[in-house]
Amino acid sequence: MDRREFTIRVVSPLLFTIGLFVTWEVVCRTLNVPLTILPAPSDVFGALWQYRKPIWDNSFVTLWTTLAGFLIATLFGLALGIAVGWHRALYAGVYPVLIGFNSIPKVAVVPVLILWFGIGEIPAVITAFLISFFPIVVNVATGLATTEPELEDVLRALGASKLDIMRKVGIPRSLPYFFGSLKVAITLAFVGAVVSETVGANKGIGKLMLDAQAAFQVPIVFAGLLVLAVLGILLYAATAAIEARFTGWAFRGQANR
Amino acid sequence: MAYGRGAAAVRAIDDVTLDIARGEFVAVVGPSGCGKSSLMKLISGLHPPLGGRLTVEGKPVTGPLRSVGMAFQNSNLLPWRTALENVLLPLEIVEPYRREFSKDRFSGKARALLESVGLHGFADKHPWELSGGMQQRTSICRALIHEPEILLLDEPFGALDAFTREELWMALRDLQAARKVTVMLVTHDLREAVFLADTVYVMSSRPGRIVRRCEVKLPRPRDLEVTYTQAFQDVVHELRSLIRG
Repeated sequence: MDRREFTIRVVSPLLFTIGLFVTWEVVCRTLNVPLTILPAPSDVFGALWQYRKPIWDNSFVTLWTTLAGFLIATLFGLALGIAVGWHRALYAGVYPVLIGFNSIPKVAVVPVLILWFGIGEIPAVITAFLISFFPIVVNVATGLATTEPELEDVLRALGASKLDIMRKVGIPRSLPYFFGSLKVAITLAFVGAVVSETVGANKGIGKLMLDAQAAFQVPIVFAGLLVLAVLGILLYAATAAIEARFTGWAFRGQANR
Repeated sequence: MAYGRGAAAVRAIDDVTLDIARGEFVAVVGPSGCGKSSLMKLISGLHPPLGGRLTVEGKPVTGPLRSVGMAFQNSNLLPWRTALENVLLPLEIVEPYRREFSKDRFSGKARALLESVGLHGFADKHPWELSGGMQQRTSICRALIHEPEILLLDEPFGALDAFTREELWMALRDLQAARKVTVMLVTHDLREAVFLADTVYVMSSRPGRIVRRCEVKLPRPRDLEVTYTQAFQDVVHELRSLIRG
């Protein structure tokens, strides 16, 4: 990374973030905004430090439920995407159901999950899964459907079976779509887990924020939001790094732009 | 052979008989849309014939033939594989190589093949790092790696510039001379057909029929110089006069 690259990729987002917090702080102080409406960043960071133990414990729960749901969504989404991309009849049959299912607000499903599995981490895991598998299915199926027939002809001319073509062309070809969808899915999974926790749970950042809100501990609510934002960035960065590692061929030439 | 169904069906090829000897280099020329590529797809088994009979080496063709290697106008290299891995692809599919396939085992063979077409030190490059001519060379290597008895080339040099094309003529000429493989080349470049082939078949426009079989008597090995001789020009001229449109 040369100096210019460093400035663009490290210094500029850092400056922007710091600028955002400084503006927020200045606005709160000059307008004398009450702590119960909008706490200043200094108050939020204060709360973050003061309650670091419960915040850490609850973050950990949210993190693992998110990741568990995301992992199931990845496996399920990949399998269903390949199945749907494999066969046109399956595609036609499954797609409307998928879209209908995806249109249901997942908040509405959480009470049912709690009814089935009780208050705890399982509804959060399932919500994270339900909300995040759809983009994976759609992307994998799209990647398979848009495979150039000429590339398939190369293999068909050799007498390759459909499975061979899938393994050698279809799946590698759709990997960039798959990894691209993971970036969307991980943030959705996160939203799903937290939504479920705010509806009904005994642990997790969502639950912590709900309790803090009930006790008018607004700085803790904001501390929770801050933790969510940071975790979201980290999870996104992790999937983006995995994407770059596995599908570098699809992003050729962008490094020098 | 026909495309489409019912009344809308287009008859692409009508009554075509080609007699190709082992080790012969055959070129098929004709106007655009005369069914050259359809003929190729039939022979390779990519398209089943709707009527008539198709035999290769006395056996009817029912599906893709393993004894055939194909290269197309676009190199159709898999962008996530290096040149070497692209060349190795048929060995991962075709028996008996498939059973005993490992990259280490066959990469020497693939490298040697790449070197024989002048791709020294490019084996580990990805397709986008290669020029169009290099991609096409790689594609021809891929068509040859499993040692097919018939090499089918569907306008393989059509997308290349004139100089690169002539370079590849030489590469193909040498490959064919060295391996004694039977080659069927579909092209609309008459000079290419005459320079490379032993026999040139001329097809008419739709429905495609063979209108002339023309043996090229120029001595081998042919050099690029031969394309400027009167004898060469005469053959090209004669072929041109058979193609209207």
